Amino acid sequence: MVETPLTRNMRADGEAPDLKAYEKAGGYQSMRRALGMAPADITNLVKQSNLRGRGGAGFPTGQKWSFVPMGSDAPHPKYLVCNADEMEPGTFKDRLLLEGDPHQLIEGMIIAAHAIQADVAYIFVRGEYVLAAARLRAAIHEAYDAHYLGKRIAGTDQTLDLHVHVSAGRYMCGEETGLLNALEGKRANPRAKPPYPQVSGLWGKPTIVQNVETLCNLPCIVERGADWFKGLSRTKNGGTKLYGASGKVRRPGLWELPMGATMREILEEHAGGMQDGVTFRGALPGGASTDFVTADHLDVPMDFDELEKVGSRLGTGTMIIMDDRTCPVGMCWNLEHFFAQESCGWCTPCWSGLRFAARTLRAMEEGHGAPGDLEALEHQAWFCAPGNTFCALAPGAVEPLQSALKYFRTDFERHITEHRCPWT
Amino acid sequence: MPTLVVDNHPFQVRADQNALEACLSLKFDLPYFCWHPALGSVGACRQCAVKQFKDEKDTKGKLVMACMTAVSDGMRISIADADARRFRASVIEGLMENHPHDCPVCDEGGECHLQDMTVMTGHDYRRYRFPKRTFRNQDLGPFLNHEMNRCIQCYRCVRFYREYAGGTDFNVFKLRDITYFGRQQDGVLENEFAGNLVEVCPTGVFTDKTLKRHYTRKWDLTMAPSVCVHCSLGCNTTPGARYGKLRRIVNRYNGAVNGYFLCDRGRYGYEFVNSARRIARPLLRGDGSERAVSRDEALERASHLLAESRNAIGIGSPRASLEANFALRAVVGADHFHMGMNDADAALAGLMLDVLRAGPASSPSLREVEQFDAVFIVGEDVLNTAPRLGLSLRQSSRRQPMQRLKALKIPLWQDHAVREAVQADHGPFFIAATNATGLDDLATSVYRAAPADIARLALAVAHHVDASAAAVDGLSGDADTLARSCATALATAERPLIVSGAGCRDAGVIRAAAAVAGALCATGRPAGLFFALPECNTVGTLLLGGRPLGEALDATARPDLVIVLENDLYRRASAANVDALLASAAHVIVLDSLETATSARAHVVLPAGTFAESDGTMVNNEGRAQRFFQVLPPQTRSEIQESWRWLALLRAATHRNGDAWESLDDVLLAMGRAIPALAPAVQAAPLSTYRLEGARVPREPQRYSGRTSMLANIDVSEPRPPEDVDAPLSFTMEGATRQPPSALIPFFWSPGWNSIQAVNQYQTEIAAALEGGDPGVTLIHANGSAAGEGPRRAEIPAAFAVRPGEWLVVPLHHVFGSDELSHAAPAVAELAPAPYVALNAQEANSLGVRDGDAIDVTLDGTVRQLPLRIAPGLPAGVAGVPVGLAGMPAMTLPAWSRLVKHA
Repeated sequence: MVETPLTRNMRADGEAPDLKAYEKAGGYQSMRRALGMAPADITNLVKQSNLRGRGGAGFPTGQKWSFVPMGSDAPHPKYLVCNADEMEPGTFKDRLLLEGDPHQLIEGMIIAAHAIQADVAYIFVRGEYVLAAARLRAAIHEAYDAHYLGKRIAGTDQTLDLHVHVSAGRYMCGEETGLLNALEGKRANPRAKPPYPQVSGLWGKPTIVQNVETLCNLPCIVERGADWFKGLSRTKNGGTKLYGASGKVRRPGLWELPMGATMREILEEHAGGMQDGVTFRGALPGGASTDFVTADHLDVPMDFDELEKVGSRLGTGTMIIMDDRTCPVGMCWNLEHFFAQESCGWCTPCWSGLRFAARTLRAMEEGHGAPGDLEALEHQAWFCAPGNTFCALAPGAVEPLQSALKYFRTDFERHITEHRCPWT
Repeated sequence: MPTLVVDNHPFQVRADQNALEACLSLKFDLPYFCWHPALGSVGACRQCAVKQFKDEKDTKGKLVMACMTAVSDGMRISIADADARRFRASVIEGLMENHPHDCPVCDEGGECHLQDMTVMTGHDYRRYRFPKRTFRNQDLGPFLNHEMNRCIQCYRCVRFYREYAGGTDFNVFKLRDITYFGRQQDGVLENEFAGNLVEVCPTGVFTDKTLKRHYTRKWDLTMAPSVCVHCSLGCNTTPGARYGKLRRIVNRYNGAVNGYFLCDRGRYGYEFVNSARRIARPLLRGDGSERAVSRDEALERASHLLAESRNAIGIGSPRASLEANFALRAVVGADHFHMGMNDADAALAGLMLDVLRAGPASSPSLREVEQFDAVFIVGEDVLNTAPRLGLSLRQSSRRQPMQRLKALKIPLWQDHAVREAVQADHGPFFIAATNATGLDDLATSVYRAAPADIARLALAVAHHVDASAAAVDGLSGDADTLARSCATALATAERPLIVSGAGCRDAGVIRAAAAVAGALCATGRPAGLFFALPECNTVGTLLLGGRPLGEALDATARPDLVIVLENDLYRRASAANVDALLASAAHVIVLDSLETATSARAHVVLPAGTFAESDGTMVNNEGRAQRFFQVLPPQTRSEIQESWRWLALLRAATHRNGDAWESLDDVLLAMGRAIPALAPAVQAAPLSTYRLEGARVPREPQRYSGRTSMLANIDVSEPRPPEDVDAPLSFTMEGATRQPPSALIPFFWSPGWNSIQAVNQYQTEIAAALEGGDPGVTLIHANGSAAGEGPRRAEIPAAFAVRPGEWLVVPLHHVFGSDELSHAAPAVAELAPAPYVALNAQEANSLGVRDGDAIDVTLDGTVRQLPLRIAPGLPAGVAGVPVGLAGMPAMTLPAWSRLVKHA
């Protein structure tokens, strides 16, 4: 039970525990404890826990908080924003947390808000997550009634107003600063950093943006302590992780496992292995915007540090598995088409490079590949590399492409030489 | 100063800038799109990528965007690095995926920043083989063409229009590579500065619609430094001409005045030069007949009339150059020279000049205006009377909230981070006006009242700033609260600015504005005082002096000859008075460029050159004397010549004892000797004898096409280029190749920089002064000793009292319409309103009239029927009529009038 703190309250019928049920299971005790702690102590606790952001980038959470200006002359209002705009293809982990245990998120947000002395908080939830938004609203309503939100929470000096904002759509809204612009009612273009949102974020005020899963870890860290949390993990990154698998596996799904579980373990023990008649060729370990790994990497522990060593990223930890009956070019086209569609149109490499890549892949898939296409694709991957673009969308977008070109190059070449997709 | 190492060469650079600015200031060719010197950095286009190295040992480095990277001491970057070059060429390749290769038919061709940058990066082969995206373009009104297919998504247009200029009817729509920049639907762009998109857009999405009607490539334009004639601010312009026609105006950077931007009246008003109403040939009238004659015959006739006359008078003009006014003064004698403003306007302008001379507050330049952190506008509708000032004030309004950036460690050039931190906050910005103004969105508080109450509010502010200034009794509670908060804001600001002008036509308003500035200075605040004057050379006219126009109009004067210089007297005084003057004189000589009601009454009409056909000097609102030069050589309009030259010839023909004036230099130098206050004006630009590298400065770019067959129907031989005896400029492409002194820059062009962005190459550093200092000489210096005692003892006017059945009619100004000359430009005229009378809705109800109903307005004893326009901003008891519109006669305003529903 305690080995799966994130999913401990999940009910078999899929219904969310209401406030009563949540409290009965020990809910909001961590909030009470945290409200009695000095904000700096909470930040230190989170630092010690080695909790790293679960949105994909893996930035140490406590460290992020420590950049927020504190004290009596700090600007107010300060904001806490929960990024629940889960739009990464192949990723569905936050949805489980939002729908299955909304109070856990709210409690986590109150703890985080106290740590950074935030006055207002938002949950920016993906537009299609209708059920999640409804359950969040119901839970927030309950929390207000119980004085866990609003003025003087649970009789302390902490005040927090929590709003649910349903996204109008677009993948870009999931990017930290694009999300802030969207919340302000502007175009969801990303912002340059520095200044970081911790200093000048929502409406120019200090702001922390955290992923749903990150925030949901906070109650158990406060409850059990940093060492316990670190002990949950098999690697240096603390805690458990929601791992997912999609593709032609027997039991696609989502599991809370110790951080650092291997891909083989997830694939074979939890997802039940590949379906009959197909074999594993590769996987995007952390959602659509991570590099392919192959069968050679199945025993790599899935955490932020280990996957980087093999040229990929943990990302969201929800892997998309490619089998031998799926065309890698077609899969890349599908992905690049998505990312090209979702480019906000701000920086040139992204809006031009991704479109170029998607068009080229489509031509190859439709039998119109031409000599030089692979070099052109490699060029676009280089063009969209980290640092060359304004935000992380395009660098992430070309990760599957650049690794597919590395691991499945023959398949790409065959599309050009045979003037057709060998899989059709 | 930090040391920046560029490709292993160390340079000392200014600290508070980014690497792109530093590199451009060092005159490196580093391409860019989304960055603009006035708009700052946003990092969108990725064009200015350079390699940054950690230290000398670092050979790998990483690509960074120069525009988003602050310079620091010891920083090492490489522009020449192979990766950086490949990346920059890739950006162009990316942009070219969608950009149509339509340069030969694109109006931007030849001065296109995208062309320049494409060549600069070396990109030459595009691998993209798929369809380009296409858009539907919009009709944006008379000023701008819209061709969205050319868009490279640099976002400069929307940043300028919305964020810098405060426009709201233009935006960016959609996303990815189909990002669309335009209006929600077709329609005239509402912002007064929309025309700047022509220059802000790095390619041909927004091009000059008026230029399209008579299109010429930049390289085929004859250009010269010029000064705008459509208001008093004296923005510097570059007009371009070809084949006797003025083709367009673009901005001429002057770091102290207009910077990078013009208003649309200044950009598009030029077409009056090509108007069908131009007086092209001299006319002689008499005995009911009229005939066009040669220059010589006209001159002979005029000389004869002058020689015969015993009591000739001259009437000058605030829209004519100093030289032309001075030449007329010389022809008729100083005692017989009248200023070309009516006495009321002259008194108001004279009052403003006196205030500025007395000090202690002095007039800031437009550039300096942007540095003030608190603003109080007293009675002036600046966007309609001195439009470019409005753009500068929009920047000052952000000054105070921008102070928080330091603590946030956000550099001023990082534009979107700055705007995010500042949000919609504005510094103290108070507006007292008779009607709603286009800057109200910036205002902390808006006070709408009759001129007397505006003056009273300002005097109350002065009192609350400095208790020794007289208190204003009987102010309403609200007004007093406003006065107190305004006074506190101004007194606690680092640099408070008071803006006023002749817009209300009320001396009390001007005195009250001066009193506020005086009170601030008296309490140790370095206040600025900015006045908008009525016309382009009003200040010059005042400095030159002359008898009041009223004396000439006085029926007892009875001159036998009246010489009118570039002035439609019917716009200055009542028709009855002007009629009487012109009827009483035996002969009338009029020099003007456009046919006017006055020129229609002349016995001798001499076709005068406009600013485009003349050289001369004008003095702007802050007292800056600036020289403008011909772009259309006189020969191309055979009978037209400069007013000063007509008058110099007239003088030579009748004053045989004097030295003849052969060139503009002679007039200038004579003027300097005769009127010491104007002597420095000679220095506004080098005299005609100046040579650079032993040669003249060419008015035509080196790429001028040269010989064409345009005149082959007249002569197969190319005509000799005209000689220019008045200016050190040539009418050809030959001449000095080095950068000329700033006052003589005919166009901005530099190898590799064909677009207006070439201005970077002419500045000491980015967005700073032009090399050698910005052009212009200041003629007004505040005399601190007087300490502004006069204005500070301003009389407190009685409170405005509403009269039953009568309304105080105040003048309303229109950026498009109120200016005489620009109204003759078709594009501007299209946006000018028809005459109307304005009331607020409540007043209209009480009168039983609705929007559009005809109202009888009685002004100057004449009843005029005008349609009603509801103006929600007008206070009770106050009505407004537009001034200066074609068809609106001169009116003495403000004035009381009965308003009656037309039967």
